Amino acid sequence: MTGSTPKPKTYLGVPVSRPRVAFFELSSCEGCQLQIVNNEATLLEFLSLVHVVNFREAMTEKSDDYEIAFVEGSVTRRDEIELLRRIRDQAKVLVAFGSCACFGGVNQLKNRFDPGWVKREVYGDAPVETDRAQPVEDFVSADLRIYGCPVRKEEVERVVTDIVIGKEIHYPKYPVCMECKANENICLFDLGEPCMGPITRAGCDAWCPNNRAGCWGCRGPADAANLSEMKKLMKERGFSDEILLDRLECFGGFGKHVDEYRKGQR
Amino acid sequence: MKLNCNIDVHHVTRVEGHGNIRISIQDGELKEAKWEIVETPRFFEAFLVGKKWDNAPWICGRICGICSIGHTLASIRAVENAFGMQPTDQTRKLRLLLKHMETLQSHVLHLYFLAAPDFAGTGSVFPLIESAPDVIARAARIKLLANDACDCIGGRRMHPTRTVVGGFTMLPAKKDLAGLRDRLSGIMGDLEKTAELFKSFSIPDFTRETEYVSLKGSGSYPFIGGDLISSDGVQKSEARYKEMTNEYVVEQSTSKWSRLSRKSFAVGALARFNNNFEFLQPAAKELSLGLGLKPVSHNPYMNNIAQLVESVHVVAESTLIIDELLDSEFSETRQPVVPKEGMGVGAVEVPRGILYHCYEFNETGNITRCDCVIPTSQNHANIQHDLEELVSQYAVRRMKDSDIDLLAQMLIRAYDPCISCSVH
Repeated sequence: MTGSTPKPKTYLGVPVSRPRVAFFELSSCEGCQLQIVNNEATLLEFLSLVHVVNFREAMTEKSDDYEIAFVEGSVTRRDEIELLRRIRDQAKVLVAFGSCACFGGVNQLKNRFDPGWVKREVYGDAPVETDRAQPVEDFVSADLRIYGCPVRKEEVERVVTDIVIGKEIHYPKYPVCMECKANENICLFDLGEPCMGPITRAGCDAWCPNNRAGCWGCRGPADAANLSEMKKLMKERGFSDEILLDRLECFGGFGKHVDEYRKGQR
Repeated sequence: MKLNCNIDVHHVTRVEGHGNIRISIQDGELKEAKWEIVETPRFFEAFLVGKKWDNAPWICGRICGICSIGHTLASIRAVENAFGMQPTDQTRKLRLLLKHMETLQSHVLHLYFLAAPDFAGTGSVFPLIESAPDVIARAARIKLLANDACDCIGGRRMHPTRTVVGGFTMLPAKKDLAGLRDRLSGIMGDLEKTAELFKSFSIPDFTRETEYVSLKGSGSYPFIGGDLISSDGVQKSEARYKEMTNEYVVEQSTSKWSRLSRKSFAVGALARFNNNFEFLQPAAKELSLGLGLKPVSHNPYMNNIAQLVESVHVVAESTLIIDELLDSEFSETRQPVVPKEGMGVGAVEVPRGILYHCYEFNETGNITRCDCVIPTSQNHANIQHDLEELVSQYAVRRMKDSDIDLLAQMLIRAYDPCISCSVH
């Protein structure tokens, strides 16, 4: 909730501070921020836990006095680097919010091309300023990452609650495949679909596979992602290198693996 | 005429994306009234090149966080048109139902969370949580229903998972559709109360004669595919959309602008309403007349009311679609896809207006060219010309700076712009 005199909040009977929270966006679809207002069932409860002081998509008032900053989007222009540094100077906790902030997201797909060609393809000869699409941590340090395209609201709420009550934040180390199995889904490979579930970091509760859509790896690699086994699996199931590469490079989380893979292809 | 006025709104709030308003009147002369777009481009049209056809809907949905379903459906339609595929009747119905629920979700988000605070005299919806909890609970209830419906049909409310070229990866359970139908019937009362709320607001009285562009209805209010029309009498086929949009680059905006018969045109709920009033569901027609909205309205602020009318239309039509689905046996979910060389266009009416995706494919089904024309980019020039006219009219009446500032921001919000989407 906003306002100058926030009400005291308790958790298990113990008073907790309501941190001042700000939302910012760099190059993005603003979808991760929208996920905050997209969970109507728990929205009001969530808002009572924090004190939102800056959220341009939803409010006119703004303040530069905040403790937690959620930064959505990737960096593609100089003014975004300046904004990002100002946020870093102010925030106690800077959260890289969503896959664009964490890895560059779909925006980094343009880094495959010559920047001059990219500009000409869209704007012809008109001048337009743009640089490579890069993750937030190429410029400043982030204290936390929230993965996903889009982020999962339940995870955001859990992370924020953990910050408020001072709990250490943990990410699942295992892959999406384990969550999918726990949900007793039919394996996508058995349905004839490619799936990055075996190598992608869990935490989304196998959001796409639950809907019979193969995982595209938006949350980046799990701690012990085994790419060579993944390559073998894809080959066995009759999927081409192109299909694997499309998924590996879609959101930027597997950047290192994509480079290795391309080297191996040569 | 006012002697002096300086307004500089750096990043208009309660809109999606980054745009600025600059107004300057000096010594009784209007120097500038400018709508600038400073959003960073992401270059979707370039980075799609080389990608296989199945990447297009998956990636292009990510152009927009608010209307990701509309983008996904336009992208799928473009691919299917390029490959000569016809969706089954079942797929068409499910897609339209999904589309309707996104329209409801987006319109209600705009009406309550983005537009209403101006009329209530607050900077955001947050103070209303305490001062008008029943109003906020109602908004949340409608939005929750729409979002739950999107989860049920599209797999996920944002960046949908089940929508693919050829159909769906899986279908909703019939009992869930029946549950949805009950909730939809129950929500009509909330929409009527929303209409009462908006009736109590004083909508600014401003008109400027405008050309309106939308899909052309034939038998029903149009949302997915078909011919394109303008209120000035232009009609084109979907495949010839470029003759309708005529995009060009301007200095004041990283989004392109469009024009047709005049220096600008408008798309969106008001354009659809003006061009297709006859096809609205009876309940929606009745509501519009009760709210003083009749075709053709040239008041851009009435786009808010047109959104409300469309909200009622999509709820009424969705219950009919669900009835038809419940009465039929579900057949296969998904057609096989055979890529081929060629070009395809998909035109879809998304909440903010008509959206076009166009792809060219080589013989392996890889994209060689991509073009997306976004509703808000088609509206930017019209917003610019409205803004100039608005400032001129109100400056002559010697309105206070703060009032002009508010009315200018309300004008922008009335278009419900999706700016990052328009730049993409």
